[in-house]
Amino acid sequence: MDEAAVRRALARIAREILERNGGPDGLVLVGIRRRGDLLARLLQEEIREAGGHDVPLGALDITLYRDDLATVGPRPLVGETQLPPGGIDGVNVILIDDVLYTGRTVRAALNELADYGRPARIVLCVLVDRGGREIPIQADIVGRQVETLGNQRVEVRVPPLDPYLAVELEEGGRDP
Amino acid sequence: MSPESLSLGKDLIGLESLSRDQIRGILDTAEPFKEISERAIKKVPVLRGKTIVNLFFEPSTRTRVSFEFAEKRLSADTVNISASGSSVVKGETLVDMARNLEAMRIDMVVMRHGASGAARFLAERIPSNVVNAGDGRHEHPTQGLLDMLTIRDHMGQIEGLKVGIVGDVLHSRVARSNIYGLLKLGAEVAVCGPRTLLPMGIEELGVEVFSRVEEAIEWADVLNVLRLQLERMEGGYVPSLREYNRIYGVSSARLERAPRDILILHPGPMNRGVEIDSDVADGPHSVILNQVTNGVAVRMAVLYLLAGGAPDTAEAAKKGGS
Repeated sequence: MDEAAVRRALARIAREILERNGGPDGLVLVGIRRRGDLLARLLQEEIREAGGHDVPLGALDITLYRDDLATVGPRPLVGETQLPPGGIDGVNVILIDDVLYTGRTVRAALNELADYGRPARIVLCVLVDRGGREIPIQADIVGRQVETLGNQRVEVRVPPLDPYLAVELEEGGRDP
Repeated sequence: MSPESLSLGKDLIGLESLSRDQIRGILDTAEPFKEISERAIKKVPVLRGKTIVNLFFEPSTRTRVSFEFAEKRLSADTVNISASGSSVVKGETLVDMARNLEAMRIDMVVMRHGASGAARFLAERIPSNVVNAGDGRHEHPTQGLLDMLTIRDHMGQIEGLKVGIVGDVLHSRVARSNIYGLLKLGAEVAVCGPRTLLPMGIEELGVEVFSRVEEAIEWADVLNVLRLQLERMEGGYVPSLREYNRIYGVSSARLERAPRDILILHPGPMNRGVEIDSDVADGPHSVILNQVTNGVAVRMAVLYLLAGGAPDTAEAAKKGGS
């Protein structure tokens, strides 16, 4: 997917979020670091253009909630979790990630959200669903479904972390 | 920064053996841990299922409680053992005690001990991670780290700063950990105190020596004021507490003559009116309570990094996984 295709997907996702929620009120967008939070920012723009106002943004760092500390050791850099000042109690949280694969990241994110409060509802929204689930977690809103093999990687590029906006399929290796 | 350069290995015994990158890595890792203590639910699951024994052979409130908060906020299970209520009074040796704890399947030991070198002695004899929470006059690495984190928070960086350590340097493990750590991060360090309370040859560590506190105040950006242990007076190191205060006490009258505002640290517990006056301890440039807050974050970072640095996990890491 090139930049235009990603933008179209994000616009469609934004409309679907507004439709499901009946407007922008009571929404909080929470992105999973380190690309979900950048996508959340882009979605916030799309929601504003689709007739909403600016909805609150948050970013989750799930490093301390991973289930593989014992096997891969500590990640060198633990990021910071920042949720909107109003918190997440009673709101509709749109949880955003770039790629849905094994489902373990989302599992960790759900556990972390539960430690911050009790949202009225959590909706999972991903730009790419590449299959390969290891636990029973499914997305509610999907930008693009992709059939992949185990040795392929789906790379989502989002500025400013990457030089351009795109989704690319690469050969070789499991996702890190 | 690569994970390898950050790994602390099995134990944290002192800052003397750590590299500049390792020390920076701990301070950087502590940053996100600060936020956890501000949450409504102050807990993350990262050390769930790990058992940590806090073995304190010397009295301590702040350090022990700080470690315990750090452990609990990382979801570890903790047991506290203090010397007075333990089998030590029945004559059991340190190693026998540790081996018995090992037999109950523990993962880490945090130890405070009166003998210099006790932490390394233990670390070499048991497979659990060992964190030195102060051993005799040797080191108190987590105190050094939290001092550096607090200085960095308030001054922006440590490189190029002038840090004066005032007081009983001779008996102070805090002073040693500060000197090793600060010099590695590029600060200039000076010590100041009565000659009886400065170790012989301290200059060889690369620090300046001031015999008058006024000189140290004139020179420094940051002062770390050490506790004058009251038993030192009986040992004949200082003539009287009042005289010590008159000559070496950090007072606002002395600080007012400094060419710049000086950041004031104290590792606690304070003797108000001896090494530090109340108006300085409670004054606008005192970061003594910030040190205490940062202590929890630094200890969380150390426990987190050690938990993943044990040989078996390094082995498993090579096999990979998602």
